[in-house]
Amino acid sequence: MASPIEQFEIKPIVPIHVGGVDISFTNSALYMVIAVVVATVFLTAAMSKRALIPGRLQSMAEMVFEFVAGMLRDNAGAGSQKYFPFIFTLFMFVLLGNLLGLTPYSFAYTSHIVVTAGLAVMVFIGVTIIGFVKHGAGYLRMFFPHGAPVITAPILVPIELVSYLSRPFSLSVRLAANMTVGHIMLKVIAGFVISLGVFGIVPFAGVVGVTFLEIGIACLQAYIFTVLSCIYLHDALHLH
Amino acid sequence: MEAEAAKYIGAGLVNIGLMGAALGVGNIWSTMISTVGRNPAAKSTVELYGWIGFAVTEAIGLFALVVAFITLFA
Repeated sequence: MASPIEQFEIKPIVPIHVGGVDISFTNSALYMVIAVVVATVFLTAAMSKRALIPGRLQSMAEMVFEFVAGMLRDNAGAGSQKYFPFIFTLFMFVLLGNLLGLTPYSFAYTSHIVVTAGLAVMVFIGVTIIGFVKHGAGYLRMFFPHGAPVITAPILVPIELVSYLSRPFSLSVRLAANMTVGHIMLKVIAGFVISLGVFGIVPFAGVVGVTFLEIGIACLQAYIFTVLSCIYLHDALHLH
Repeated sequence: MEAEAAKYIGAGLVNIGLMGAALGVGNIWSTMISTVGRNPAAKSTVELYGWIGFAVTEAIGLFALVVAFITLFA
């Protein structure tokens, strides 16, 4: 019987080797391209008729836009609007990555720690650079909350520093682990469907239920990734 | 004890950490239920924070899974 771990294997579809470096077009890259195409086609098609009173498709695009814009405004405060294209792209990429992974015979590229770590480190380094550019060396004041007695500084500053440096880890591992666990669970329960014969209807109902749960978790994890990025942006723009 | 056996025992012991995640998630939902029970109008305000808190707490449980994988496969 096939192992549930095999679904996470990266398989090259078009092998490309340039001077010893493997830059093949893999199944992971294919699904990233599909996610970008789906997002672009959806948004351009929905907004092609710029009706003042939106029809159904335009309403969907406007709802997604309003959702991310509201999240950025609420969590990152004033002066955050110029980061909206990045946050919107991040949200759509993660959301489509999670959701496309649930379609049959597909590959969830957000289940790989390398992809989520790339996104999380990008957010972390970007936020740190924004903080230093905006506040200069005063950004280091963030590690010593205003109004705390100076005596607690030797304990407080290392704790704050460690908590700040753990942000990219927790951000990336949360998304990757959620996606990996969900897909392994689906494969394990689905494996029982064939082996139980007639009573396979019970694990089949289980797979249906878990798929609903996974769709909810996919949307929730995309939202959590984006809202935490907005909160870190808020910390950088307005110190704490 | 051979390394293989120690790996399996270690991976099993990691699950003790899931106790904390379970307590945390249960705490969030119980507080949310009692909040909505006392003040049904506050539902839309706290609902969002409930979901954020749930996802972040569940992540801690998943860190235990990551440690288990590292113990088993590395």
